[in-house]
Order: sequence, then structure tokens, then C-alpha cells
Amino acid sequence: MIRLEGLTKQFDGFTAVDGVSFSVAPGEIVALLGPNGAGKTTTVRMLAALLRPTRGHAVVAGIDTLRDPIGVRRRVGMLTEHPGLYLRMQGGEYLDFFGRIYGLDGQTREQRARQLLEQFAMPEAWDRRIGEFSKGMRQKMALARALLHEPPVLLLDEPTSAMDPHSAKLVRDAVLSLRDERRAILVCTHNLAEAEIVADRIAIIRRGRIVALGTPAELKRRLLGPPVMELRVAAAPDGVVSLVSRFARPLEWGPGWVRYVAEDPEAVNPPLLQALAEAGVPVVTLSEVPRSLEAVYLRVVEEAG
Amino acid sequence: MSVLSSRVDRGREWGRQVLTLTRREILDSLRDWRILLPIFVLTLAFPLLMNFITVRTQNMFYERWGVEGIERRLLPLMLMVVGFFPVSVSLVIALETFVGEKERRSLEPLLLTPLSDLQLYLGKTLAALLLPLVAGCLGITVYTAVLWRQGWHPSSVLLIQILVLTAAEALVMVSGAVIISSQTTSVRAANLLASFVIIPMALLVQGESIIILQAGNAILWDVLAFLIVVDVMLVRMGIRLFNREELLGREIDELNVGNLWRMFRRHLGWERWLFGLDLARVPRPWRWLGTLVGLYLREVPAVLRRSWLALALVVAGLLGAVWVGWDFAVRFRLPAGSLALDSITDESFTGLSTTSWLPAFTTWGVLQNNTRSLLAAALLGTFSFGSLAVALLMAPLAVIAYVGFQAAWAEYDPFLFLLTFVMPHGVLELPAALIATGLAVRLGATFIAPPRGMTVGEGWLQALADFIKLFLAVVLPMLTVAAWIEVHITPFLVLKVYGG
Repeated sequence: MIRLEGLTKQFDGFTAVDGVSFSVAPGEIVALLGPNGAGKTTTVRMLAALLRPTRGHAVVAGIDTLRDPIGVRRRVGMLTEHPGLYLRMQGGEYLDFFGRIYGLDGQTREQRARQLLEQFAMPEAWDRRIGEFSKGMRQKMALARALLHEPPVLLLDEPTSAMDPHSAKLVRDAVLSLRDERRAILVCTHNLAEAEIVADRIAIIRRGRIVALGTPAELKRRLLGPPVMELRVAAAPDGVVSLVSRFARPLEWGPGWVRYVAEDPEAVNPPLLQALAEAGVPVVTLSEVPRSLEAVYLRVVEEAG
Repeated sequence: MSVLSSRVDRGREWGRQVLTLTRREILDSLRDWRILLPIFVLTLAFPLLMNFITVRTQNMFYERWGVEGIERRLLPLMLMVVGFFPVSVSLVIALETFVGEKERRSLEPLLLTPLSDLQLYLGKTLAALLLPLVAGCLGITVYTAVLWRQGWHPSSVLLIQILVLTAAEALVMVSGAVIISSQTTSVRAANLLASFVIIPMALLVQGESIIILQAGNAILWDVLAFLIVVDVMLVRMGIRLFNREELLGREIDELNVGNLWRMFRRHLGWERWLFGLDLARVPRPWRWLGTLVGLYLREVPAVLRRSWLALALVVAGLLGAVWVGWDFAVRFRLPAGSLALDSITDESFTGLSTTSWLPAFTTWGVLQNNTRSLLAAALLGTFSFGSLAVALLMAPLAVIAYVGFQAAWAEYDPFLFLLTFVMPHGVLELPAALIATGLAVRLGATFIAPPRGMTVGEGWLQALADFIKLFLAVVLPMLTVAAWIEVHITPFLVLKVYGG
């Protein structure tokens, strides 16, 4: 649905995006994660055929962005970092304007606009002036604008930047509700928690280059090593550590707990639990020690120099 | 038939999208009291004020000097002013049309729509134009209605003149302001640059006022023709310069002198070439031949190919000059016997140096004069979209053509006249002037039509580099030889053929 091959953009000798390649399949949400100025916005602007790549090319919804930029824009819905609304217009009037520009007939325009406002829990926005909207409402209105023509490709640039936690959650939930097997979604963000919540895969971009790409679990495994499990037992009988060491490498332990590295938790944990049960060790919990995406991100950024 | 009807449908849809944008912009303006109030005042209150001033002026002239009928001179002028003032609001709307949206951050969503660059340009330009234009027409209507009641009935020709003139003036202002708006990064910068529209418009309105008061209304058609040409040029310039990538990508108005200099040097250079030889293997003392051959056999033809349209325009200008010479020759025929080529003597040539435009009839004097004229053409061409460069070359050619036709009527052989007076040096001087003028046209025309894939700045630097290269490598050597021939060969031939 979205394919980038060696996409490069230079401005007056400065390389903003440098040979970026990845793809987003239908039904998938990919987060493009990176610090400010990493090249996220430039990348999505090239995907929306707003900027011409200096080198490389991108295919969006089956159309080359260089060959048919208008065709690409017809099939892309993009939420810009700033909502960019016309504040003197009413909500319904605003969506009607964009619907006309996208060539929708009157009935479809009204039906979809009302449906989207209902979906985002703001039906009252129809006849209210946009200038009176809260920040969260404005962002949702911009999202409604991006979805009005039912685009197969959705590009979301910093959808929750500078929003309070409640509004951010509303918008995040709205994004998750848009997941559809016929739609590919690319979310640009520097919010690590957000990326982990909404994305199937994460591409980390730094100084215009993709420095890591994969599912959150893959990235953690690749960059932080195999998962660490924590076993808690009701007592600390001697021999639990040595029992664990028959199946995995114990990392650290204390009274009532042992942490070990499980190369393949699905292969290691069931026989270990069985052995513990046979040895009469009362198991309280067995869980993976949480590792944050932040640790992955910091590792990638440090490695990339 | 179905292909045709689908094209018609697509065209209709295209136009509908433009009008959707225009409609939104106009509705937005109508919701802004800062725009509505001046329009309202200038449309309804201002005509009444103008009427009051007209009556007072008429009374003053009658009471003080006993002059009657002054209102007949003043009223067309007032009619124009009444139409122009509401139209001036269009400048404010147009100036912020793109850059204002950029500042309010609402431009990117608009650029993301499937509207083409041309649709965006037309939709915005129409929106900036229509509301003030309607207000201007309304102002004229109100003023005329008041005059009608007072017994003065302006002719329908004058009304049409004023209405069309008002529309053309509005389009000049709007198209100029839209260019500024699409090329700046802040409303403040756009307002500062607005003087490039305001000053010429102020001069134009003053000029029109003088014309109306002194020369009558008929000449207004010529003013209108001039304005339409300017409109076409500015609209074309706006369309060519409109670039959504530039509009979105540029954050600050930065003049990077270092970058500009590097770009200029890149265009000024050329590839060394010596008939395919590997220059690294050519003995060092002969490598300069690569620079020379590369310049004359590769670069010069490449520059001429790049300038073909401008050169064609200059050729058309030359033909036009011959026609002008013919037209003047017919209208202002010299009396019989006044063109006596037989009486030309040696002193006729040496005496040329007494005229102010030729310092001395020497090779250096002629070369200096010709070089100065062509450099002046380049300078004027830059500031006139290339038109004055062509005009400057047309003037002497029209004079030569005029004299040539007079010579033919005086029963001299026109071909012999050309062969002796013009061709000896003209065979070099004319192509040199044609090339220099063609490149001068490019210096001005780049502002309206920069080469594909280049910004105006880069296109202009390329045109300047091309001008410098060809002027030094081709034009100047040709002019030097032509000047020597003009001083030493042409007089000899003329005296030989015609001398007494």
C-alpha cells in the first residue's frame, strides 16, 4: 500500500531524508519514530506528493508520487501536525468544503461528515464555529477532514503533539478505531508510548535515515537482548536457581524471586513450570520483566551516534 | 462523442473545484468586518463625498474665475477614482492570500487536496479580485446614479471605459500581490514588498488622471491595451512561479550569497573538450585548447539553443523595425533632392564625431558606443521583461530601414545602398547585436517564465552567466572587427560608390 525506495530529499545542500526504504501493508499501522528534525514530516510530505523527492521514489496506493501527484493526493488522507482549520467556518460547512474539493456529491458529503462527527463523539460540532473548538476537538475535526474521502492511505503527522493527556487519548483511540484491512496507516511521532500503543511496526528515523525497523517485540529483542522472565515463588527453597539453570540462564535472584534470560520463552517456560511443580515449588507468578520502548530508542539513538 | 463528453465533464469538474475555492474565500472575506467596513464606506459613502467635492470645485471655479463647465472635465476623473478606491482593497486580500494561510497554518491541508497548482492559483486570484471589483462597480453605479439625478449623463462609452479600466487595474494589483504572497514567508514581508505594486499603481492612476484632464478619454483605450498586456504578463508570471513545494518548504526569506555565488559560477563554467581526446594525456602546454574548443564548439551552441525563443523574438522585432521604417517612410517622405548621396565626402564620416552619441569616429569610439548600447539593452531588458531590450535594437534598424526606403524612392539602388552602407560592418554587427539582445531578453523574460526545474533566481543567474559568456566570447570580438570595418572599410566603399 505504501512503498518507499531510497527516498531522499535535499534542501539547498542539506539532506533532510537520506535513502529511506520501507513499506506499510494494508491493515497495518507503522509508526515513524524519531526526534524533532529527524526527517519524519519531510518523509510524509513526500508520500503525500507535496514535496518531490531528490532521489528515489515512493508508491502510494499503487501510484507513483512523481508520476501522478494529484492521483496520490486523491487517495491519501493526511493529518498535519497543526490542524490548520478555517476558524470562521462551522464544522459542517468546513467538511462540506473539503468534500466538494474531493468531488463528493452532496448527499455523500453530508452523510460522511455527520457519521465522522458522530464517530469522534462531537456531533454538536456540525453547526458550531471552529474557532470555538477545544484543542482536542480541532484535532479530531482535522482527522475527520482527512478521512472524509475514505482514503486507503492515512498519514498522521504528530497527531497528539502538544495535547493534554485526555485529548491525546481521545485522538489515539480514534486512530486505533481507524484500523481497517484495506487501509495502511503511517503515524509520525516522537511519543514513544504512543508508538508502542498504536503501531504494529516501528521505524526509527534519525538524521534522515532509518536506523531500526520492526515490531516493538522484535526491536526490543534485537537491541536489548532476549526477554527476561521473573519467577516468584511462595518460599525460597534451595535449589530453585539450580533448577532454573537447567532450562535457562539465571540473571539475578533474591528471597522469593529469580530472574532469568529466556531465549525462547515459549520453549523454556512450560517445561520449567512442570519441573517446578514436580519439585513441589509453589509458583506465585511467572511474568516477563517489562522493557520500555524508550530503552530501545535510546540504545538506537546512541548507537547511531 | 463519449471522449468529448468525458472531457467536457472533466473540464466542468475542474472549473467547479476552482469556484468552490473561490466561494469559500469570498465567504471568509464577507465574515471579516475589517474587510467589509472599508468596502462599505468606499462603495456607498465615498461616491457621495466625491460628488460633494465636484460640486464645491465647480462653484469655486465659477465664483473665483467665472469658469463654467469644469465639472465636465472633473466628472470622468471622479468616476475613475470612485471605481478605483474600493478596488484597492483587493491588494490587502491578495497580499495575504497564500502567505496569510501559511501563517495561520491552514495552507498545508489545502495543498494536500487534489487541486492542481493552476486551480489553486486561479481560485485564490478570483477570490481576491471579485469582491473588491463588485464593490468598485457598485461605487461607480452609486456615483452615476447621483449624477444622473443632478442632470449629468455620462456616455455609455465612458462608462464602459471606466468599468473595464477598473477591472484591468484590479487584475494588475491582484496578480502582482498574489505573486508577492506566494513568494514570501510572512504577511509582514508581503506588506513590505507591496510597495512594488502600490508605487506603480499610484503613478498609473496619476497618469490616467492627467490623460483624462488633458488629453481626453480616447487615449484611455491605449492605457487599457497596456494594462491588458501587463495583466497577461503578471498572470503568466504568477502561474509559472506558483510552486506548492516552495510555498510549503520555505520557512525564512534567506538570501544566501554564498549559495548564489556558487550557483552563478557553476553556470558560468563550461566543460573542456578537445574533439574527444583525453585532456589528461594532452601535453600540458596545449590543454588550454580544450577550454577554447569546449567554449566555441560546445558551450556557445548550447547557450544559443537555450536562447532560441528569445532570439526568435528579436528576429521578429527586427522584421517589425523594418516595417516601422517602411511605415514612417510612407508617412514622412523626404522632399525630392534632400537625400543626396552623391555629395557624401570624407568629412561626412569624420564629422560624425561631433554628435553627442559618438565620441569619435574611430574603431574604439564605435566599439565603445555599440558596447554601451547593448549593455544598456541588457539592463533595460532586465527591468522590462525583455521588451525594452528589443525596442532599443529596433530603433536604429527602423532608422536604417527608413533611410533605405527613402534612398529607393530617390532612385538609388536599395541593394547597393545596403551593400555599401550597412553590409560591410553589419554582417558582423547585426548578428552580434541580435545575440546580445536575445540574451538581454532572457534576462527579463526569466521573471515571467523561468526554465523548467529552476527557480526564478537560478534561471536569472543562468541567463546572466550565459549573457556574460557570449558577450565576452562572441559579441565583443564581432563588434571589434565590425567597428574596424565600419571606420576603415565602409567609408571607403561608400565614397567609392557614391562619392563625388
